[in-house]
Amino acid sequence: MSTRQFGAPVQRREDPRLVTGGGRYLDDLGHTAYEVAFVRSPHAHARIIDIDLSDAWEVEGVQAIYLHEDLPDRVGESLPLLIPHPALIAPRVGYALAKDEVNHVGEAIAMVVATNRYLAEDAAARITVTFSSLPSVVGLENSRAATHLVHEEAAGNISAHLLQEVGNVTAAMAKAPNRLTLDLTIERSACMPMEGKGVYAVWDSDDERLRIYSSTQTSTGVRAAVAAKLGLPLAKVECIAPDVGGGFGVKIMHPWPEEVLIPWAARTLGHPVKWTEDRREHFISSSHERGQLQEVEVGFDDDGRVLALDVRFWHDNGAYTPYGIIVPIITATQLLGPYKPGAYRVEFWSLYTNTVLVTPYRGAGRPQGCYAMERTMDAIAAHLGLDRAEVRSRNFILPEEMPYDHGLMFQDGRPLKYDSGDFPASLAKLKALVGWDDFAAYKEQATREGRRVGLGIGCYVEGTGVGPYEGGHIQVETSGRVNVATGLTTQGQGHQTILAQIVADELGVPIDSVHVTTGDTRRMAYAVGTFASRGAVMSGNAVALAARVVRAKALRIAAEALEVSAEDLEIEDGIIRVKGAPDTALALATVAVLSNPLRYAFDESARAATQFAGTFDPDKPPIADDEEPGLEGQDFYSPTQATFANGMHAAIVETDPVTAEIRILRYCVIHDCGIMVNPMIVEGQVHGGVAQGVGGALYERMAYDESGQLMNASFMDFLMPYASEVPHIETDHLETPSPLNPLGIKGAGEAGTIPVTAVIASAIEDAEGFPIRSMPISPTQLWELRQQHAREDAR
Amino acid sequence: MKPGPFAYHSPTSVEQTVATLGELGHDGKVLAGGQSLIPILSMRLAKPAHLVDINRVVGLDQIEVTEQHIRVGATVRHSALERDGAAYAAIPLLRQALECVAHPAIRNRGTTVGSIAHADAAGEMPAVAALTEAVMEVVGPRGRREVAAGDFFEGALETVLDAEELLEAVRFGRFPEGTRTAFIESARRQGDYALAGVAVALTVIDGVLDRVRASYVSVTDVPGVLELTEALRGQEPAGADWSAVDDLVQAHIAPEADIHATADYRRMLAGELTRRALTEAAR
Repeated sequence: MSTRQFGAPVQRREDPRLVTGGGRYLDDLGHTAYEVAFVRSPHAHARIIDIDLSDAWEVEGVQAIYLHEDLPDRVGESLPLLIPHPALIAPRVGYALAKDEVNHVGEAIAMVVATNRYLAEDAAARITVTFSSLPSVVGLENSRAATHLVHEEAAGNISAHLLQEVGNVTAAMAKAPNRLTLDLTIERSACMPMEGKGVYAVWDSDDERLRIYSSTQTSTGVRAAVAAKLGLPLAKVECIAPDVGGGFGVKIMHPWPEEVLIPWAARTLGHPVKWTEDRREHFISSSHERGQLQEVEVGFDDDGRVLALDVRFWHDNGAYTPYGIIVPIITATQLLGPYKPGAYRVEFWSLYTNTVLVTPYRGAGRPQGCYAMERTMDAIAAHLGLDRAEVRSRNFILPEEMPYDHGLMFQDGRPLKYDSGDFPASLAKLKALVGWDDFAAYKEQATREGRRVGLGIGCYVEGTGVGPYEGGHIQVETSGRVNVATGLTTQGQGHQTILAQIVADELGVPIDSVHVTTGDTRRMAYAVGTFASRGAVMSGNAVALAARVVRAKALRIAAEALEVSAEDLEIEDGIIRVKGAPDTALALATVAVLSNPLRYAFDESARAATQFAGTFDPDKPPIADDEEPGLEGQDFYSPTQATFANGMHAAIVETDPVTAEIRILRYCVIHDCGIMVNPMIVEGQVHGGVAQGVGGALYERMAYDESGQLMNASFMDFLMPYASEVPHIETDHLETPSPLNPLGIKGAGEAGTIPVTAVIASAIEDAEGFPIRSMPISPTQLWELRQQHAREDAR
Repeated sequence: MKPGPFAYHSPTSVEQTVATLGELGHDGKVLAGGQSLIPILSMRLAKPAHLVDINRVVGLDQIEVTEQHIRVGATVRHSALERDGAAYAAIPLLRQALECVAHPAIRNRGTTVGSIAHADAAGEMPAVAALTEAVMEVVGPRGRREVAAGDFFEGALETVLDAEELLEAVRFGRFPEGTRTAFIESARRQGDYALAGVAVALTVIDGVLDRVRASYVSVTDVPGVLELTEALRGQEPAGADWSAVDDLVQAHIAPEADIHATADYRRMLAGELTRRALTEAAR
């Protein structure tokens, strides 16, 4: 009996290659390609008056220098508005190279192509751009005040305004016996993949075909966008995501200017061209996220049950809105977490600033929503003098209320309807794991020792696995090798492992015979991309369905060959046999041979398949009318809606009574992503997510000055947590299956990140005894808060 | 983030190095471990026309421990000095401070002498050089000269070294018998530049404090020595009232604000870290 792979902690099959230097990341490709450097705007807001290239052309090795005026046709038109929305009233999208005006530091103005990157940078440094500076709008408060505008035609700096309401909030609020308001702030951070963006393009003039390698989260998206921009038939463009050293959202945005420009230059110059983003470029030219101002009003009864929740927030979308308003919509809808708030009204304004654009970053608007909701829960508990976990549990949606429809529209335009979850069970597990009920005694003891400790909690629900679809293609070679292709891309999540686990079980083959390809449009032309914690849900189910197609075909062929009924057959370890009569068997590899009758005997297995080898019925064609040659099959998974994962985190922090340094003593996670394909990989996802969450809670911020200069655009000053700053993470799991998909799974990719800011704020608040309303928080800020509260207390 | 063009020189002797530096004058820059210089070059914040790589110069990688001092050559890596048992036995403060210098990967390349020549106010080893009353062995086209640590640092990233000169070695002075030291710093993340840091040395004779001094990281422009002896002399280390030095510390330092901390926070931190370091050294 072979071991079931699905659900087992199978070791990551990709790791030996990746950790021994076998990875092929974007910058590992194309060593003979021309390389590109960009002249990027040093100003946050300015008009371009003149560009002088004369000095730059003197650098030896320069092949081309391009400005906006050099870009033909659609290449020079504005980049696409990828996700339009009726509430997006004043969308603005930039150009591949700036046209007349720049709207953030880092916007590309000129593109230098040279024989290598050093020379390209030498030449770029010699390009003189004359600007006429315009007043820059930096920070949400300045944008909201709208003294100056980012775009003349976006009045009030507003790109989008959306209001959703369920029930009558005004009436419910008026009737509520208790009311509180909270003003909350959350700052910017960014994805920071190990390898930034990168594009390498090869134009094959013989074949009139373009091959693009991009460090992207959607190769099908880049392919389609570039084909449209360059006016090429889709059939003449292919896009491959090689090994991608992390994405976290920034690479689902597309096409980036460079994804249009590099292929265009390769075609124009008739020579391979490559650009690899450097870290400074990544800071100032790739997207950020998270920045919001929030105002919450909540009405609740004396038991802490929320009767009315009224949320208004202002979302910083940076200078452009190519990715629409996905992030604030997710904040608005996922804010509710595991709770049913009675009446709910949420209104947001998405605002322009002269900073780099904002698109989804792991968590994608949820950390902000969770922060607003969980700060509110703590405030209710504090107001009523109730236990914080108890207040949460009184507001939970209960398992018997599933599926639960909030009456709102989610980011995919479909109803916000939770499919499953057992929030009371999750909370009980969390309380047991962290020792919730024993904490008061621990805190008392710590206080006696002169220490300050605090316990924090945060709960979230995450809509994962949004559509529209993903596909799987499976082909069994005559060697028994099983090739699996799915179109979504991999950034290190472990898709090569989990998709192989699923196929191995579905098809009944050893996992070592399964080989998975992702993100290559030559192998699977129909795909959406890797985002919204959708890899396992979408492609996992798609390859399972495809495997079932292949399995059925294999059984049909085997049944005929063995002259038995297909229902009597099973497949195990790559052998098809009659149940209960294991001697009547046929290898899957042999079925692959039989599935493809051949004319030419080029090897032993082919000899078996030639049309003269078998004893076929002369009255039938070699391939039946309703069959195709080859043991392969394809299927697609397209869900009616997202599936909703959830989790609850708790942390114990210690703050230094003198220096206000903050240390996380314990971090506990209860995680429910439905049935786990591979619990070890799920844990890894949770660990990475929590690490990024710790960064967002305590370390990372984008320090823009008033003129829009990013003052910490390096890893020296942008403080991603090291291993030394990330606590040991204790995890426990609940597996509430999703009823929506064949495998019962939910997404896990973003989960760890979502509640961390809320949890740490909750814990620091508990340690300090005053409210925390702005995150992230540093020791210097906590120290100043202490002084401010001491002054207020003294009054 | 690629350096601009430069010519590369790789001398193998001190004499060649000095001759090359003498020819190049202000166009030349010495490359040792490169942990500060290479990022500066890559960001094109500096564009020296010539780099003089001293990593192949014979004899510069030596650590010598004598009765009076530890002599550290210009290409000795932080990690080599950190792990050197004889050096630790002679001046424990070296290892106490080196453990705070960035991360192991950086310490494996970066040189102690290079960090002193770089004279970053956030550097740990300039503060240690000051507190140990180190002697800088400087060699240039006009011969050798020795400069006391107190005269060496002129400002943030500024020293008395001429462009043609090489800091060939640093001699860290050994403390008198009965001296205990501590080094504490506070950084946003482990290994980052400190928000504030302090090295202390206290000498106990006949059970009472005889001499107490401190030097600072990140809160002074130039690593100098703060004399705390007057405030503490004669007290028993175990029961000493360390807060007696608070005013002296605050008068000595001049921290500035940046995106990571306010000046006031750094003042508080320097005071608290001084008390903690003195407590630790006295233990």
